[in-house]
Amino acid sequence: MIDKISLIAVYPEIILLVMACVILLFDLSVKSRTRTATFVLSMLTLAVVAAIQANYALSGQTIYAFGNMVVSDVMGNWLKCFATLSVMVSLVYGRHYAAERDMLRGGEIFSLSLFSLMGMFVMISGNNLLVLYMGVELLTLSSYALVALRRDYILSVEAAMKYFVLGALASGFLLYGMSMLYGATGTLNIQEALAAIQSGQLKHQVLVFGLVFIVAGLAFKLGVVPFHMWIPDVYQGAPTAITLMIGGAPKLAAFAVMIRILVEGLMPLSADWQQMLMLLAIGSLAIGNLAAIAQTNLKRMLAYSTISHMGFVLIGMMSGAVSGQPEATANAYGSAMFYVISYVLTTLVSFGIILLLSRDGFESEEISDFAGLNQRSPLYAAIMAVCLFSLAGIPPMIGFYAKLAVLQALVASGGTLQIVLAVFAVMMSLIGAFYYLRVVKVMYFDVPSSTSGPITSPFEVRAMLSVNGALLLVLGIVPGGLMALCANAVMQMLAT
Amino acid sequence: MGLLSLAIWTPIAFGVVLLALGRDDQVRAVRWIALVGAVVSLLVTLPLYTQFDLSTAAMQFVETRHWIETFNINYHLGIDGISVWFILLTAFINLIVVIAGWEVITSRVNQYMGAFLILSGLMIGVFCALDGMLFYVFFEATLIPMYLIIGIWGGPNKIYAAFKFFLYTLLGSLLMLVALIYLYVTSGGSFDLLTWHKLPLGQTAQTLLFFAFLAAFAVKVPMWPVHTWLPDVHVEAPTGGSAVLAAIMLKLGAYGFLRFSLPVTPDAAHEWAGLMIGLSLAAVIYVGLVTLVQTDMKKLVAYSSVAHMGFVTLGFFLFNDLGVAGGIVQMVSHGFVSAAMFLGIGVLYDRVHSREISAYGGVVNTMPKFAVFAMLFAMANAGLPGTAGFVGEWMVILAALKVNFWVGMAAASALIFGASYTLWMVKRVYLGPVTNDHVRHMKDINAREFFFLSLLAIAILFMGLYPLPITEVMDVSVAELLKHVAITKLN
Repeated sequence: MIDKISLIAVYPEIILLVMACVILLFDLSVKSRTRTATFVLSMLTLAVVAAIQANYALSGQTIYAFGNMVVSDVMGNWLKCFATLSVMVSLVYGRHYAAERDMLRGGEIFSLSLFSLMGMFVMISGNNLLVLYMGVELLTLSSYALVALRRDYILSVEAAMKYFVLGALASGFLLYGMSMLYGATGTLNIQEALAAIQSGQLKHQVLVFGLVFIVAGLAFKLGVVPFHMWIPDVYQGAPTAITLMIGGAPKLAAFAVMIRILVEGLMPLSADWQQMLMLLAIGSLAIGNLAAIAQTNLKRMLAYSTISHMGFVLIGMMSGAVSGQPEATANAYGSAMFYVISYVLTTLVSFGIILLLSRDGFESEEISDFAGLNQRSPLYAAIMAVCLFSLAGIPPMIGFYAKLAVLQALVASGGTLQIVLAVFAVMMSLIGAFYYLRVVKVMYFDVPSSTSGPITSPFEVRAMLSVNGALLLVLGIVPGGLMALCANAVMQMLAT
Repeated sequence: MGLLSLAIWTPIAFGVVLLALGRDDQVRAVRWIALVGAVVSLLVTLPLYTQFDLSTAAMQFVETRHWIETFNINYHLGIDGISVWFILLTAFINLIVVIAGWEVITSRVNQYMGAFLILSGLMIGVFCALDGMLFYVFFEATLIPMYLIIGIWGGPNKIYAAFKFFLYTLLGSLLMLVALIYLYVTSGGSFDLLTWHKLPLGQTAQTLLFFAFLAAFAVKVPMWPVHTWLPDVHVEAPTGGSAVLAAIMLKLGAYGFLRFSLPVTPDAAHEWAGLMIGLSLAAVIYVGLVTLVQTDMKKLVAYSSVAHMGFVTLGFFLFNDLGVAGGIVQMVSHGFVSAAMFLGIGVLYDRVHSREISAYGGVVNTMPKFAVFAMLFAMANAGLPGTAGFVGEWMVILAALKVNFWVGMAAASALIFGASYTLWMVKRVYLGPVTNDHVRHMKDINAREFFFLSLLAIAILFMGLYPLPITEVMDVSVAELLKHVAITKLN
């Protein structure tokens, strides 16, 4: 029943699953506090998986496997590859932090992050509503556990509870929407649903009713207004190493699920969901940016900034489906994909720096903890500055090109309303520039406070951060390759 | 690599090396590398002038390379008679600033020098870019080093000034970004500036684009009434920062008018010329009056910069060749003169640590050599014939008289204000008996200060006595621009 082709499509998932279990058992024999052996084994696993995914993506093939339950296409494979790399980087940044807070005992952090990555993989390559839902659940259940990993820390436990209760509610929304869709179309398969809707014989009302719940569920997972309440609390409450893990790679998966359900499945309803996404985007841009100004905690500020950035992703998502212009459509979704990837790359740096500066008993998560960083360490101050300017969308950092691509798609997709929205979006990013600049100000213009000690992070964190930070600038100077990669990936996805 | 790329990337490469050098324990090496970098950067720009072809209005030294193929963005460089002098001016001022900061800056020297070198490369990039997005990238990227320069080495209220500078200018340029994207979409997927020059546009589109560009460029110039950031920023910025800001950064905005507003939206430019002339005259007269009452020397020069830049925009929107050429000449001369004024104030500030006019008096008695330079720069600022300040203002006034007597009359009145505030400041600071002990103990300028002040003095006198090298390169380009602007783009 299971043919060879099907197996090829899910090799990475199989490796991940097996190795997650193996690592869990293997860790029983590891006694060191920093769990170096487990760490190396996890890294090797992830590196192999990333290499396979990149290889698949480069081959340019699209494979439907297991009776059309999953799909392995260029876009999905690239997203999986980047998600794997992002988890690797998160583990590198977070290991010493976790070790100092006794979070490595039992080695669950490694297997849980592998399981959450597995969930992302399923989300990215699912071609069936239930498979997608299972991916979402696998990711979020692993995330709940990761957030609560620091059992003795009250804020983390509180964050995990909030995350769990609201996450379960959102999953309910998503599932309810999916069941409505199933009721209307009689199928869980995405392509069949598309065909059923295209036939024009279904009741529009039922479909839209289901769509509302699906969009609400996805909006929650993505963390956009008005479903954003959990983001600041969870980002702040979770141990920073875990914040990095839930703030980075999962955004790629959430983007993929949106593409799979909304674009591949519900394209004929685009007029409806584009309006919904527009309202969500406007709210996210406004509330994310305005609320971020008031924050004194850097993690909380970055959480609100995440909300505003997801607003930009939604702008890219709502600018596709221009009537009769397949190229413009590919362009819009490609720009949203580019935005997500560049956002993840930038987020890794921002939380990586917090992790770098933290040490035993010192979280370094208040903005004031960064005072005078330039005097203590010009290199890391420069990397953080590049990261913040990138988030603010100032050229020549990569974040600027992401905004450019998304706004270009928006303006290209229509008339006056779209231009007004573009002006609104840039005005909101002006507000955003203010609070990013404030952190730069603290790092460069203020004098170091007495609490700031020496930077004790190990070599691999420093090296990785330097590479990661340099990438923001290098990809900003030559962004063409990554942009073309995204555009091609989306083009192929739309073609099949 | 072409000459223009060399002019852009040489200072940036030196700047990056300086940033990588790290801490303050190798200050000597850092200063010398910065100096070598600035000299080399100036030398590589010289062939742009010597090899410049005066007979053509077409772009020269063109370089084209694909940059971001997905959006058809090209690394497209080229200069014409309008831009060539600004590249040389930028490299020259950069060298002066490096010398001027030699002993004055003692903390984080490598970052200071590196920031100025990178800034200079980026500004040259703005003057060379022929691709809308490349222009925008350079235009915006200049904010980062300037923000850090003001915030790290600035005065007591530097943080307020740095934020005001960054956010004020970002506000304008973000609107321009939307305009650029709109042009890209309308032109069927091209960011090429020369394509946009030929692109037909409707009246409404032109008006909106014109105001989007105006938001970016008017803030940068700055035009009245969006000039309020400039005095605050100048007062707090370190001497070198003020000099670069006044000499080059303000020109980026004025240059934008010539490259974008006039040729891309000519009909809107004609339609709103009255408004632009009104705003320019307000800058010239009203800001001229405001300048009179300033008690802070830097603020005084900052306001006088606004008034001088008013001549530039006035010249542009008269739409005759004397006006446009006069505006460009005024830009170059203001580059020399304002840099000289700010560096002169810097010389005083290094000794007394005050910018208040009332803290000085009778400086000529203790610093005779410096007072000669200061006098010359002040005369140039007041627009005395024979100095650089005279040429541009005279051309613009003449052009204004041709268009409308009262406009010319109003513009000419600025010469009176210019003379009043400058000479009154000179009187209070330099002339008369020594007023206090600080002034009594001032030492006259050393060899280094003498060197860079005399470089500026030579430039100012040369340009005042023999402006031909500056005007002759732009004649053909200005004529071509005006010919282009006269043709309607409405369809």
